[in-house]
Amino acid sequence: MADIRSNFLGIKSPNPFWLASAPPTDKEYNVVRAFRAGWGGVVWKTLGEDPPIVNINGPRYGAIYGGDRRLLGFNNVELITDRPLDVNLREIKQVKRDWPDRAVVVSLMVPCEEQAWKKILPLVEDTGADGIELNFGCPHGMSERGMGSAVGQVPEYVEMVARWCKQHSRMPLIIKLTPNITDIRFPARASKQGGADAVSLINTIKSIMSVDLDKMTPAPDTDGKGSHGGFCGPAVKPIALHMVAEIVRDAETRGYPVSAIGGITTWRDAAEFLALGAGNVQVCTAAMTYGFRIVEDMIEGLKNWMDEKGYGRLDDFIGLANPNFVEWQDLNLNYVAKARINQDLCIKCGRCYVACEDTSHQAISNAKDGRRHFEIIDAECVGCNLCVCVCPVENCITMEPMTSGVDPRTGLPITKDYANWTTHPNNPNRVAAE
Amino acid sequence: MSQHRADIAAGRLSKAEYADNFADLHPALDDHQALVEADRCYFCDGAPCTTACPTGIDIPMFIRQISTGNPKGAAATILRDNIMGGMCARVCPTETLCEEVCVRNDAEDKPVKIGQLQRFATDTLFAAGKQIFEKGADTGKRVAVVGGGPAGLACAHALARQGHAVTVFEVRDKLGGLNEYGIAAYKTVDNFAQHEVDYILGVGGIAVEFGKRLGADVTLGQLRSDYDAVFLGLGLGAVNALTLKGEEMAGVLDAVDYIADLRQAKDLSTLPVGRRIVVIGGGMTAIDIAVQTKRLGAEDVTLVYRRGKEFMKASAYEQELAQISGVKIKYSAKPVRLLGEGGHVRAVEFEYTQALAKSLPRTGSGGERFTLEADMVFKAIGQKFVAGPVTGGNDVLELEGERIAVNDDRRTSLPDVWAGGDCIAGGQDLTVSGVEDGKVAAVAIDTYLRGGAEKRE
Repeated sequence: MADIRSNFLGIKSPNPFWLASAPPTDKEYNVVRAFRAGWGGVVWKTLGEDPPIVNINGPRYGAIYGGDRRLLGFNNVELITDRPLDVNLREIKQVKRDWPDRAVVVSLMVPCEEQAWKKILPLVEDTGADGIELNFGCPHGMSERGMGSAVGQVPEYVEMVARWCKQHSRMPLIIKLTPNITDIRFPARASKQGGADAVSLINTIKSIMSVDLDKMTPAPDTDGKGSHGGFCGPAVKPIALHMVAEIVRDAETRGYPVSAIGGITTWRDAAEFLALGAGNVQVCTAAMTYGFRIVEDMIEGLKNWMDEKGYGRLDDFIGLANPNFVEWQDLNLNYVAKARINQDLCIKCGRCYVACEDTSHQAISNAKDGRRHFEIIDAECVGCNLCVCVCPVENCITMEPMTSGVDPRTGLPITKDYANWTTHPNNPNRVAAE
Repeated sequence: MSQHRADIAAGRLSKAEYADNFADLHPALDDHQALVEADRCYFCDGAPCTTACPTGIDIPMFIRQISTGNPKGAAATILRDNIMGGMCARVCPTETLCEEVCVRNDAEDKPVKIGQLQRFATDTLFAAGKQIFEKGADTGKRVAVVGGGPAGLACAHALARQGHAVTVFEVRDKLGGLNEYGIAAYKTVDNFAQHEVDYILGVGGIAVEFGKRLGADVTLGQLRSDYDAVFLGLGLGAVNALTLKGEEMAGVLDAVDYIADLRQAKDLSTLPVGRRIVVIGGGMTAIDIAVQTKRLGAEDVTLVYRRGKEFMKASAYEQELAQISGVKIKYSAKPVRLLGEGGHVRAVEFEYTQALAKSLPRTGSGGERFTLEADMVFKAIGQKFVAGPVTGGNDVLELEGERIAVNDDRRTSLPDVWAGGDCIAGGQDLTVSGVEDGKVAAVAIDTYLRGGAEKRE
């Protein structure tokens, strides 16, 4: 069976599944439950200076749902730990002692002053923790105080604090980045520049979950007022995948370790991040939604998939998908795909038809011999994939590449030659084809 | 031979048993259940369920409205197409209409519970006491509607919305027709039929004259001269007879009469029911009388149908309901003799109409006989239209078969007379098709009254 032991920055864990710095890792009790359930590691919820911060006493969380109230997106306005520093340090030390094979990384957030970092780092180092993660991502409450995402949004600050930490500590250093920024590559480059060993991302996205139309307040609200909270959960996974992949392929940060975070709910989600080049993954919302036991399936599922694919170790597939992440202009314009509806699987709901007819290319017919019957009109199909997206039956509609003949829509012959926009005759800035 | 004594008694059950046996057959969905079920709808394009609905309710739209937290909008979507959407949600054989064609049958053999969702939406609206329809601006035209059943009320409601003054002539004490007098009690609990009638009349502009029988208290000729148009929703006034000797014996009853008594009974424990019941027939009425007598405390209820299972008009679902209620169904046998004693029926002799399965001991080519003892024998072999009132006078309607002939607009052979519901030829004998008839006729009547071909809602 596949070996999924993980080694991230020299921090070893029995599997690549860590719990992210968040409510589930705020205290010994929860972390021990997590380790008993099988989690490979934790990033302890962010420590700050004493006196501890205070949290609101109203709702901290909000959610958006798909069908059957399946939680798709989640947000929170909780701050860093609200427990005294020494309590957390004592518990961290105890947990690391009791669970030596698991990764225990400590998240930190103190003001952007060298003295503050210099003071806290030795205290953490003394716990025997495996590493530190700087919380430069929290977008609410702390950022207004010049910490969290306020730091992550300024690459110069990221680099500066990274330097301090490397200077005053021997622990492996991870910088947790905020996605509330225009281009994620800049803070990642700064992190590397400052000597940090890795980045982790994404932290949460500024959000308002909904508006209570009776009270006219943004939700969740405290005493009639709502603030922006950090958005996370399955809905943010595509954003996180993109940001992770950008850093992994960037010329300046290529090969720079990334711990991936963002909507990871299943082994498959995790495998996708690893395939794009992440070294390990961190999970929060899925655990908060379903409890710690989900890790059992994450472990087994990942192993089973790796066995099927013949990957013996994580390194065998980490990053394999990244080279296939290219710019739009590098996509092959000679590739032609047409939708195909499997009539045996089709339940004749007509959703593909109406989607195509109303909003796209009128490329699906809805009747045959006076009966409901849905079929692709190749002469109109641009291969857009909308029908696949809206079909309620998995694999009923598939996109099939044309390998020969003529595309009935364009009248152009199918060619195996690769040609992209950079050489296309319609491109005023085209370069001559070789 | 010992003296036979029919065992017929009231009060066979405890109060709790009556309440339990006649409680809602399908309890209403609560908010959570409705949302979960509504999520299952795919919002199909050109949805098969809508096509299958005789009144063409926009089912995907109303289910979507439930799922978006707009149940009153959902109710409006339903009632605009079917003013009796509340009753139809309870009594429609959805398993052979909308739910039969739900694409979820193909997907996972389990249709969306359309009927239950429809009830959720309409119940929510009625509970809020919200009237969503209003009477149209007065046109000065007057329409007589004869019969206050589903067809008549649907027609009256649609005409009132167009501003025509409607008078409904009803022979009984209450409106609703079979909704009030015919549907099995556990399908429409808590006096729902009358609540629905109240909602329909709530639009305004509809007068009702009770105790008026066509042909006796009013005539078609009178109505034609007093009103600008007439709609007939007469229903079926008579039941088919067994044409067997002894049919007049005590204990040989028409199922529809007994069901009407049951529906009107204030206290079910006062209703006498036999210990051994034989029901003859194979439609919904047969199932309804069999199940209800069983639930009233009869010990043995046997339903005998003259043809095979596959021909039975009651759906597979209804047959199953009877069977799980403890009713025994015998197929392919017809009654040949009523046996009585002292003027009261005591047994029915049947004859097989075709060969039985080889695996059964009583194989043969038909013709073999068996006898079922009975304290009560219910006839449920169909009802028939009483044509006298529309064929006897000077104003004669053409019939087709034994019922009133109509065109697609439900117009009869007389230019100012329309008809719908069970009394017309080619009907489905369902509440929902009666509603559709009334609705279609109202559109035609409105066009006629306005003197043009203009098609209105």
